[in-house]
Amino acid sequence: MAVLELKHISKHFGAIEAVKDVSFSLGAGEVIGLMGDNGAGKSTLVKMMAGNFRPSSGSILMDGKEIVMHRPVEAREHGIEIVHQDLALCDNLTAAANVFLGRELRLGVWPFRILDYPSMYRRAGEIFAELKSETRPRDLVKKMSGGQRQAVAIARTRLSNAKIVLMDEPTAAISVRQVAEVLNLIRRLRDQGITVVLISHRMPDLFAVADRVIVMRRGSKVADKEIAKSSPEEVTGLITGAIETV
Amino acid sequence: MTSSLTRSIDQKQQTFLSSILASQTFWVFIAVILASVALSFATDSFATSKNLYNITRNVTFTAIIALGMTLVIITGGIDLSVGSVLCLCSMVLAVVMHAGYSIEIGIAASILTALVVGAFNGFLIAYIGLPPFVVTLGMLSVARSLAMVASGNTVVFEFGPDHDTLLALGGGAWFFGIANPVMYTIVLALLTGFVLRWTRFGRHVFAIGGNESAATLTGVPVKMIKVAVYMISALSAGIAGIVQTGWLGAVTTNIGAGMELQVIAAAVIGGANLAGGGGTALGAIIGAMLIEVIRNSLGLLGINAFWQGTFIGGAILFAVLFDRLANYRRNV
Ligand SMILES: Nc1ncnc2c1ncn2[C@@H]1O[C@H](COP(=O)(O)OP(=O)(O)OP(=O)(O)O)[C@@H](O)[C@H]1O
Ligand SMILES: [Mg+2]
Repeated sequence: MAVLELKHISKHFGAIEAVKDVSFSLGAGEVIGLMGDNGAGKSTLVKMMAGNFRPSSGSILMDGKEIVMHRPVEAREHGIEIVHQDLALCDNLTAAANVFLGRELRLGVWPFRILDYPSMYRRAGEIFAELKSETRPRDLVKKMSGGQRQAVAIARTRLSNAKIVLMDEPTAAISVRQVAEVLNLIRRLRDQGITVVLISHRMPDLFAVADRVIVMRRGSKVADKEIAKSSPEEVTGLITGAIETV
Repeated sequence: MTSSLTRSIDQKQQTFLSSILASQTFWVFIAVILASVALSFATDSFATSKNLYNITRNVTFTAIIALGMTLVIITGGIDLSVGSVLCLCSMVLAVVMHAGYSIEIGIAASILTALVVGAFNGFLIAYIGLPPFVVTLGMLSVARSLAMVASGNTVVFEFGPDHDTLLALGGGAWFFGIANPVMYTIVLALLTGFVLRWTRFGRHVFAIGGNESAATLTGVPVKMIKVAVYMISALSAGIAGIVQTGWLGAVTTNIGAGMELQVIAAAVIGGANLAGGGGTALGAIIGAMLIEVIRNSLGLLGINAFWQGTFIGGAILFAVLFDRLANYRRNV
């Protein structure tokens, strides 16, 4: 059965129709590549799945039951984690503070609850080690390299036992070695039965890890097929519109 | 493996000493000390107990509001209404007590006024999306005008049955001979420092100033926190107003005029970053101290009071410049 199912999802911002009547389902342990030109509506789509935006119409079903998410916290409670396109990091905070942003660990009982710095540093350090990143928990994000910043954003998805991980261009602006690390992570997630949605403009990444590709053009879904039955040429054609739909 | 993990977890970017030397607050503190020492030698009147008493009292009113202002500035906002809110809250207290109500009712009315004003500012800024500068500039005008309406623009100096209690609250020294306003400032500074460093709320205040859209995307309740910081800012102005009323023993509709600049200056000189994302409670206090020492010394040195604005303005520019230079050095 599908872990997550989108039915006739649309989203408009005023007069702009960012996502138009998109439906698809995600299976457990599946890696889905989401492709499309700039402005095709990919980020808007995953933000709706992560509780950042409410769909204008349509419904989202998890394990067959409809879920309505008003806030990112609710998506996380449903086991949906996201790496945002611009990483969504606060430069003035430490790596650990960014990893735990919005779900800080605390000690004590209400109303006397204080931040649990040692646990957050330790957990963040463990996740960075697992991601094979050089990032140190106490360092300020301001002073970090592109790859380290990416690691901080990805580390957020490892805080809970996620069922679905959405990655919005996680391999933009990082080195070849680190791209390989991210792709390895995606494979490890898949082996644990976690569903991954990967948005990328890099065709090789897609063909390296994805089981299925979904192509969007100007807000609509124009293709949804197994990667083994497609080719980079076909996907490119679908993105640009040279191939209408399949 | 485990030891390298521990090392990575424990590793800090700066040693304790280098982080102190890079902190603006530390250097402002040194400036306060040096200026005080120089003034003690240069004049007979600086190091007298009467003058020090005056200085510490004056520092407290600016410092208490600078604590609230620091929270607002950390989120990347500004609150220009604090001087007028101080006046309004003082006047509400005065009028209510003058009408024969107890000090408890007077203070409750005053604090409630502050919270309502702050919530109003915060609502317009967070939920309607108006710029903080404009909203609080409007409130600067509204609050003082309401104070005039409430009092009929008269001076209030009789505070009903609890008159003496109010004067003791502001003018007394209940703990170990420390003047009450100083005591309140210390307690509020410790509280603010604690909230900023040890609570989730404090963490979120910094996150909003660092990157508001990132805070929103990760599920920080940005709007609610913004409303809260403007309420806290107004509350700090209200508390300063209550204490100042007790200390002065009279309220006019001029009280707190122009105070917003002094308070913002204190916060900025103490290291709060007007672009958002940085600031400390200790910095706010030390910034307020420097401003008061400058003001006081000009008087004692016989320099025309007209120069005061130039010196305080110069200190603000210097503080911002210091911040820029320190950042520049770190980035090279
Ligand atoms: N918060 C918003 N308010 C108004 N319009 C928006 C908003 N977010 C996205 N849009 C619009 O929706 C459309 C789709 O944007 P989206 O970010 O989803 O594209 P994308 O496929 O992720 O593109 P890219 O590859 O450049 O990241 C664009 O026209 C964009 O301008
Ligand atoms: Mg995008």
